[in-house]
Amino acid sequence: MILAVCLKRVPDTNARPTIGPDGKSINPQGIEFVINPYDEFAIEEALRLKEKAGAGEVVGVTVDPEGNESMLRKALAMGVDRGVLVKGGSTFDGAVNAEILASVLKPLGATIIFFGKQAVDSDSCQVPTMVAERLGLPRANVVVKMELQGNKVTCRRQIEGAEEVVEMSTPCVVSAQKGLNEPRYASLKGIMAAKKKPIEAKAPPAVEARIEVLRMEAPPARPSGRIVGKGKDAVPELVRLLREEAKVL
Amino acid sequence: MSHSILVFVEQREGKVRKAGLEAVSEAARLGDASAVLVGSGVGALAAEAGKAGAKKVYVADDPRFRLYSPEGYARAVSVALQKSGASAVFMAATAMGKDLAPAVAALADTAVAADCTGLSSEGGRLVARRPVYAGKMVLQVGFKKGPAVCTLRPNVFSLSKDGNASPAVEDLKLTVADGDLRTVVKEIVATSGGKVELTEASIIVTAGRGLGSPEAFKLRDDLAAVLGAAVGASRAVVDNGWRPHSEQVGQTGKTVSPNLYIAIAVSGAIQHLAGMSSSKVIVAINKDADAPIFKVATYGIVGDAFEIVPALTEEFRKVLHH
Repeated sequence: MILAVCLKRVPDTNARPTIGPDGKSINPQGIEFVINPYDEFAIEEALRLKEKAGAGEVVGVTVDPEGNESMLRKALAMGVDRGVLVKGGSTFDGAVNAEILASVLKPLGATIIFFGKQAVDSDSCQVPTMVAERLGLPRANVVVKMELQGNKVTCRRQIEGAEEVVEMSTPCVVSAQKGLNEPRYASLKGIMAAKKKPIEAKAPPAVEARIEVLRMEAPPARPSGRIVGKGKDAVPELVRLLREEAKVL
Repeated sequence: MSHSILVFVEQREGKVRKAGLEAVSEAARLGDASAVLVGSGVGALAAEAGKAGAKKVYVADDPRFRLYSPEGYARAVSVALQKSGASAVFMAATAMGKDLAPAVAALADTAVAADCTGLSSEGGRLVARRPVYAGKMVLQVGFKKGPAVCTLRPNVFSLSKDGNASPAVEDLKLTVADGDLRTVVKEIVATSGGKVELTEASIIVTAGRGLGSPEAFKLRDDLAAVLGAAVGASRAVVDNGWRPHSEQVGQTGKTVSPNLYIAIAVSGAIQHLAGMSSSKVIVAINKDADAPIFKVATYGIVGDAFEIVPALTEEFRKVLHH
């Protein structure tokens, strides 16, 4: 059983990005990059499935414009067996990334292809579904619980105020939501072992951009607010302002 | 040049989602809007799409579409797209829309501009404004090839109701083999939590770790109940296991833009601010006058939440229910 986990390198959620000189991307200087937080739940789920089965291989796959392998090394330290690194792709054009990933994943023949439910840089939630459609596989996105029995996968996928119970057969695509599991930390032994695990570099297929970033802007600044007062004595004035000035009630 | 836009109007259990109608109204502002309804016994909902601005409504009616069908719905929208000849597809950025839009885009070999907060026409070309990095930046994107597929953030685009309640209706007469429906939604299970969905709520009451214990969240829930608001929590609260992740607001939770956002004992970490700073009015209650949350707050009260919040709940109860 081969389990694939797709990983993206993204700015840490505590980062305060600034606009880069091209006006279309962020300035990477001074930004700490991490594995996309949702991808960690995907890694953990793949590792648990392999451990439960007592056999199998977990393969990390990264498409990165700079060919940066550091996130794959972190995944290897968590217990992923080997990595595949494609230098290429795009930060914001998910269709391009999906096309590249589908071409790399197809020959791998994974039983389940895992993703995080969205990358916290582009916030598009589109690559898992696009990969599934390109490979003709079923999919469940935003999964908070999953079970594999034989070739049947049952997932609970989060929707508004409820969960959809989704059934499909392997091979399939699953994208992980926070809550699916508690991702492990890499052990010192894992970190040492990761240095010796293989990462295979693959050239991307020729792909055409589907979107064009025209410009990046900072969000509009909020007009400065005010402190209405201290303690509960300020409550009547706050309610008056909400009704008469802000008119939101 | 006027745009021709097909809008997928989401329904669940025969109820149209308001955010889907908002997308129709926005499409009608940009050009010619048509709509597609997918479900079982959903034809009667065409009137609502018409009122929101759709001139024509395509209907894909199939008992297998009673619940969401990832492959089935995508094929229905694709067939409607071909029939309509539209140059763009819109839908609401809901759980269903976020799952469906990339499938529609993949079938058309284009990309999705997700969670758009603004759409405009520049030189005849559709330009989408969309937050990235959870709202720390805003991107403007154009499409290299059509059709453009966009999901629209709920609560951002205004709903118009002066369209035609009797739009032209066309049955798509869709034929989908069972084998094409690879993913099957068996049932929907309600989960605990607030009655109002965070991403679509017009009022949200969020509380942070400053409340000190999971029991103290009753303060938040009482205030939310009086306002008919959705409830949110900070990441620290969720990571402590006090509240479920479905309530988390921020970069690894939900990004929200309600009319009113009330933050109780939330300090205002950057990843939290990113997820709620586009709210129209923000109220912060925090005992630390230097907390970063006050930098984005429209109105703030400095003090103890245990004293202020019950007073606020009582004041709202007085003025709103009498």
